[in-house]
Amino acid sequence: MFDVIIIGAGVSGCAIARELSRRKGNFLVVDRAEDVCCGTSKANSAIVHAGYDAPQGTLMAKLNVQGSRMMGELSKELDFHYQNIGSLVVMNKDQNRAELLRLYENGIANGVEGLRIVEQEELRRMEPNISDDAVAALYAPTAAIICPFGLTYALAENAAKNGVSFRFDTEVTNIEAIQGGWKLTTSSGILETRVVVNAAGVYADRLHNMVSDDTMTIVPRRGDYFLLDRSCEGYVRHTIFQLPTKFGKGVLVTPTVHGNTIVGPTAIDIEDKDSTATTQEGLDQIRSKVCLSVKNLPLRQTITSFAGLRAHDTRHRFTIEEVAPGFVDCAGIESPGLSCSPAVGVMVAQMVTDILNLPENPDFDGKRKGILDPKALSFEERARLIKENPAYGTVVCRCETITEGEIIDAIHRVPGARSIDGVKRRTRAGMGRCQGGFCSPKVMEIIARELNIPLSEVTKSGGASRLIVGKSKDRL
Amino acid sequence: MKQYDLVIIGGGPAGLAAAVSARNAGIRDILILERDAELGGILNQCIHNGFGLHTFKEELTGPEYASRFIAQVQELGIEYKLNTMVLDLSKDKTVTAMNRTDGLFQLQPKAVILAMGCRERPRGALNIPGSRPAGIYTAGTAQRLVNMEGQMPGRKVVILGSGDIGLIMARRMTLEGAEVKVVAELMPYSGGLKRNIVQCLDDFGIPLKLSHTVVDIRGKDRVEGITLARVEQGKPVPGTEEYYECDTLLLSCGLIPENELSRGAGVALNPVTNGPAVNESLETSIPGVFAAGNVLHVHDLVDYVSEEAAAAGRHAAVFILGGGEASVQALPIRCCSGVRYSVPSFIRPDCLNPDDTVTVRFRVDNIYKNKRIAVYAGENQIFTKKRNVLAPGEMETIKLKACSILENREAAELVLKLEDA
Amino acid sequence: MKTVNLTCIGCPLGCQLSVEMDGKEVVSVSGNTCKNGDKYARKELTNPTRIVTSTVRVTGGTLAAVSVKTASDIPKDKIFPCMKALKEIEVSAPVTIGQVILSDVAGTGVSIVATKNIPQK
Repeated sequence: MFDVIIIGAGVSGCAIARELSRRKGNFLVVDRAEDVCCGTSKANSAIVHAGYDAPQGTLMAKLNVQGSRMMGELSKELDFHYQNIGSLVVMNKDQNRAELLRLYENGIANGVEGLRIVEQEELRRMEPNISDDAVAALYAPTAAIICPFGLTYALAENAAKNGVSFRFDTEVTNIEAIQGGWKLTTSSGILETRVVVNAAGVYADRLHNMVSDDTMTIVPRRGDYFLLDRSCEGYVRHTIFQLPTKFGKGVLVTPTVHGNTIVGPTAIDIEDKDSTATTQEGLDQIRSKVCLSVKNLPLRQTITSFAGLRAHDTRHRFTIEEVAPGFVDCAGIESPGLSCSPAVGVMVAQMVTDILNLPENPDFDGKRKGILDPKALSFEERARLIKENPAYGTVVCRCETITEGEIIDAIHRVPGARSIDGVKRRTRAGMGRCQGGFCSPKVMEIIARELNIPLSEVTKSGGASRLIVGKSKDRL
Repeated sequence: MKQYDLVIIGGGPAGLAAAVSARNAGIRDILILERDAELGGILNQCIHNGFGLHTFKEELTGPEYASRFIAQVQELGIEYKLNTMVLDLSKDKTVTAMNRTDGLFQLQPKAVILAMGCRERPRGALNIPGSRPAGIYTAGTAQRLVNMEGQMPGRKVVILGSGDIGLIMARRMTLEGAEVKVVAELMPYSGGLKRNIVQCLDDFGIPLKLSHTVVDIRGKDRVEGITLARVEQGKPVPGTEEYYECDTLLLSCGLIPENELSRGAGVALNPVTNGPAVNESLETSIPGVFAAGNVLHVHDLVDYVSEEAAAAGRHAAVFILGGGEASVQALPIRCCSGVRYSVPSFIRPDCLNPDDTVTVRFRVDNIYKNKRIAVYAGENQIFTKKRNVLAPGEMETIKLKACSILENREAAELVLKLEDA
Repeated sequence: MKTVNLTCIGCPLGCQLSVEMDGKEVVSVSGNTCKNGDKYARKELTNPTRIVTSTVRVTGGTLAAVSVKTASDIPKDKIFPCMKALKEIEVSAPVTIGQVILSDVAGTGVSIVATKNIPQK
């Protein structure tokens, strides 16, 4: 019997696992997908909200401000990309200044540091591409951008290093109470545990409703995005939000930590919890809305468009509580969930520790080194690295200059990459402007070789997402 | 590390031809840097025939065509490094590159020829909505898998884009046992050769749907189907949607010259071609940096790549041997009335001998019938030629007499246009 | 008498040819703008042939497949019999350009030859 099973290997589940690994116990993270970071955590705006948005006094507000304060330090400890670039909520000339002031005051009440209103002239200096209609903005210097994959993998790897196990391709289909805990029926067998943590994202309601009569509904709220080529780097310097209007929240434009520009999201409530398909209407919506805050956006430089699902509780609130004895919900973690994740980890791990009275883990080591990026080295250091390990001398992904050394590292991490997408999210191979056209056959070969599987079993993203369906002429 | 007079970035058809001609023009120390495991570039995966009619007066397959140039490179003792990636080219022509055996190294050649070729436009850049499952490949990626590795990327295939690569892959997939359901083309005409439409589609009864595009992709893990719709004025027409069950979507929607290194060095690019803006010597805005082949502009036939690259090799040799002219007056070529762009973008009269000819290559923006290609220097027509048909898929080549340019050198610009015949 | 329509492949003009046939005999060709159109139509409707290119498996080489072609054009209706014949073939590296991989493919009297050098691994 496990002490704790965390269902869901997204950013919340992994943050909880990592915090829990400060304690001694038999911990397992399960996920229906083939890897860490395959749901909401992989497709979002990749930003750390400052915390002025969530209503004062709510759990969301408290965790956001806490999470935002923790993120910088955590990025050093766990070696993931984080840049404290600040954000601007832009108000146009026909909009109500009272709404901007309301956000400012809510932020002050939430404890967000450094907030101030900037006027037109300063705003233009800060952001030359801001819309000509912009007259003022709420500036939040504590806001930041991060690599959401990097954060989630870092948390998972550090949890694994401190003893947490991971099991993928494992969907929980039933949960029942047993003596001293819970019995989980999963697609890969029966699992028993003393405590369950439900961090299942858009599926958290299904699990919750298996154990609680107080039913919950999580609606997948789809957000479509455009990702622009690195050649647009510098187009905006901060995360640019639009002041919400009666037509909705508006779309944001932000740099990413890797020099791309991200534009989106939409907010379209859908029924299918798996459907991350973009639609023409969604993409058109972004195109038409984005010009409210910025001008001359080079959308022609789009390298991909994608969609993610936010786990929206119809009551719009985080549910972090023990809803049945030994069953802890971490549900409804929609935006700003990524920003909250470090604080969510601490909070849930504390709840579980209290339930089980877990002792401290004296061997806990909170440090983790990310995948070595040769581009960050000096010429001499890089030359030495290639001499020591020639795999760093072979470039596989031309657009992002990712070497075979980095890909091999990603595959042999724990938990490691097993698919093209797993490699892509860990190393950026295939993230560039050709979107894997050149490198995917090469990456497939490396995965097959390193995992010792036939090429035909290499997938794009696990499951039935095979890339090769047979040999030529086999059906002639 | 040994130093070289000439470094050629790319060992595909352009790089090989440039190396051979530079050697024949007297340059000893030449190094070709190739990122793949063998010389020949994209020709290695173009196993169909039809290459070399102009160059060798016979029909070769891609690998055969490449092998002729590889043999010349080897016979001439020209050095090359395989599996070698150029990471950076600087304004002073410092080339930073790496591979497994030499590690990271820098070269400071007297001249550089850019011959990096081009890449395919991916799904993301096409803004096709829908899901993002496995089974969406660019035609070139599928071509590599099928032709070099003997792997099948799919069984039931829809192809978007009727350029030659898309058409060729329709036949290749069919011959290897896949079912190609349809080829859709956004434009009202195909960008491919008539021969390929007949022999790659008609021979196998594969329908070609002009003015159609993909408006939705279905499937969670693997592609399950796609929806095509008719396009009018660039927009899908509601109610014309047709669903095709398939497990694969191949994209053949245009090629983009790969100029990341050029851009990094500060080479000025032509916004139409996305390749360097070059003068009549195929020299970029950085003296001593030349460009040829698909990195310069996307060609239709490899024979013209070889021809253009050989010229770049000769010009680079002249530059290295001390004949490079300091910056002098340059006449821009302005393209209009159906002409999209020209290579070169500039001609420097001071660099011409009266008995030279200047090769100008260009493409048109639509299908035209019964036209004349005309070049003017100010009021004076210096070239004209009748053409029965011009198509965007075909590169046009004209040869201008240097003396006619020299006679009109006081003109502000040259104008290249189509006129009614 | 019957009329067959086809597209000329001689040049980008792509003339729509209209061919009068008497049984298997070409009586007349119209729609062409040059003599190549006439020649193409007569060949295409009496004896259509194609060069076939494909790959065969290689063992012990730097690549798993070697590209091949029919040494000359073969009747169009022999394309698939030719492909089926290639299915069973496997050659061992090294392979050199021009090497005969299979002679008299599908009873055409035409050989399959390698179009690429594959060195031994």
